[in-house]
Amino acid sequence: MAVAAFTWTEFAQQLAAGIREGAIYAGLALALVIIYRSTRVINFAQGELATFTTFIAWSLMNHGLSFWSAFPIVLAIAFTGGVAIERILIRPVENASVLTIVIITLGLALLLNGLMSIIWGGQNRQFHGPFSTRTIDVGGVPISVQDIGIVVTSLALVALLALFFRYTKLGLAMRAAAVNPASSRLVGVRVSWMLALGWGIAAVLGAVAGMMIAPVVFLDPNMMQTILLYAFAAAVLGGLDSPLGAVVGGILLGVTITLLGRYVEFIGSTLKLPAALLLILVLLLVRPGGLFGKVAVRRV
Amino acid sequence: MSRSLLELNNVEARYGPVKALHGVTLTVGEGELIAVLGANGAGKTTTLRAVSGTVKRDGEVIFNGKKLPRRPEATARAGIAHVPEGRGTFTELSVWDNLRLGAYVRRSNVKDDAARVFKYFPPLEERRQQQAGTLSGGEQQMLALGRAMMARPKLLLLDEPSLGLAPIVVAEIFRVLDAMKAEEGISVLVVEQNASLALAHAARAYVLEVGRVVVEGSSDELRANESVRRSYLGY
Repeated sequence: MAVAAFTWTEFAQQLAAGIREGAIYAGLALALVIIYRSTRVINFAQGELATFTTFIAWSLMNHGLSFWSAFPIVLAIAFTGGVAIERILIRPVENASVLTIVIITLGLALLLNGLMSIIWGGQNRQFHGPFSTRTIDVGGVPISVQDIGIVVTSLALVALLALFFRYTKLGLAMRAAAVNPASSRLVGVRVSWMLALGWGIAAVLGAVAGMMIAPVVFLDPNMMQTILLYAFAAAVLGGLDSPLGAVVGGILLGVTITLLGRYVEFIGSTLKLPAALLLILVLLLVRPGGLFGKVAVRRV
Repeated sequence: MSRSLLELNNVEARYGPVKALHGVTLTVGEGELIAVLGANGAGKTTTLRAVSGTVKRDGEVIFNGKKLPRRPEATARAGIAHVPEGRGTFTELSVWDNLRLGAYVRRSNVKDDAARVFKYFPPLEERRQQQAGTLSGGEQQMLALGRAMMARPKLLLLDEPSLGLAPIVVAEIFRVLDAMKAEEGISVLVVEQNASLALAHAARAYVLEVGRVVVEGSSDELRANESVRRSYLGY
């Protein structure tokens, strides 16, 4: 397999594609981090949840709604669903071991995957996204409107969330509940509900990631499985404790593997995932807490 | 004694199978500063926890004329601020965010409340953007009191404010406690190892031994009590 000659235009296009991949990983990684911070659990159902809500969007659009009128409905459903799942499935085992909760999220992933096959069938579906696939000229480089739209939408959501966590009372309470639940209760924060809200927000992040990536990759029940692996890698890369790390990690990972896949001959498109995981392994050997994470140092 | 704000009637508390309080009865009147004294393991901290509901308890706790629910979120809403053992600082968050959290149960202008806190504790204003975990011990104790003050509580539960602090800082903390009591009308139930210090500021005190009240009375009475003097005041 011969690699075509290097041109800066193509490099810029690859970079744009990498950022688009990365924006999706960033959103999903952030969802993982939000739940991890408050419960120390990786939500393995995050991918299936995202796909499930994307299927709901697909159904709504099949019934004649436009993408942007379906969009807020799907976000509302995702949020409610996320909160409901936490209240019904996680709440009863809130004080159980991490392993118990992990098993529940794994079970939930399988359950949702099966439900999707029953409701929507297992075949690939075309998902018509809101953005055109034609390219526009950005400083001499042709870049697709869709790529730009995906990046802008994903990052706008991340920015909104950042504002929410930084400036609102509820956002502050959620941060407090994650870092110090005992003290949070003493100042009157309903910590258990903050966890539920976290699930709701994570589900919304997943829904947006799903609806953004579906037009690119086709919609099927397993759509998010590989993407979730990348998102997990991105979250670990950034430091599982750090929301900023998840976003930076996501973009960094998207760009790195896209460029590696294009310019390193033996990696190509088939070895991207192992290459990504190898990179993270090396990084964790050097910085065990990830890029932005803190290593838990305990005095004994 | 003024009208009672907090009443504990025969309150028991346990950690799993281990009973830590064997029926504690005490009262805090409105606007009073009351001290709880005792050796390590006597149940001082547990008494405060039983009030705020951070430990399993039996028996009656009446606050402001009503039965107090046994959930920390609810006691905070009822008007009780608990500065726990170790101060409960949100070390990862900024000083400002810690203060904002103090006012969590209130709908109010955080800035005005914070201005009052800064009047008592000027160092906090300079460090408002600093991560709370980087403050010195004395500043963290100020922040803990400031956080409590932000809630405009009726009752402050304060656990070992002097622990690990230099005497000059401790004196300052108790001076502010007196001011809070006088100017804000906050009642205080304070647990303290340093008995002479606590008695100098408290109107009355209770002495706990193995989960029971063994002596109670005004600070003057306790200072005159032979066994209290020998065991806790050391002269």
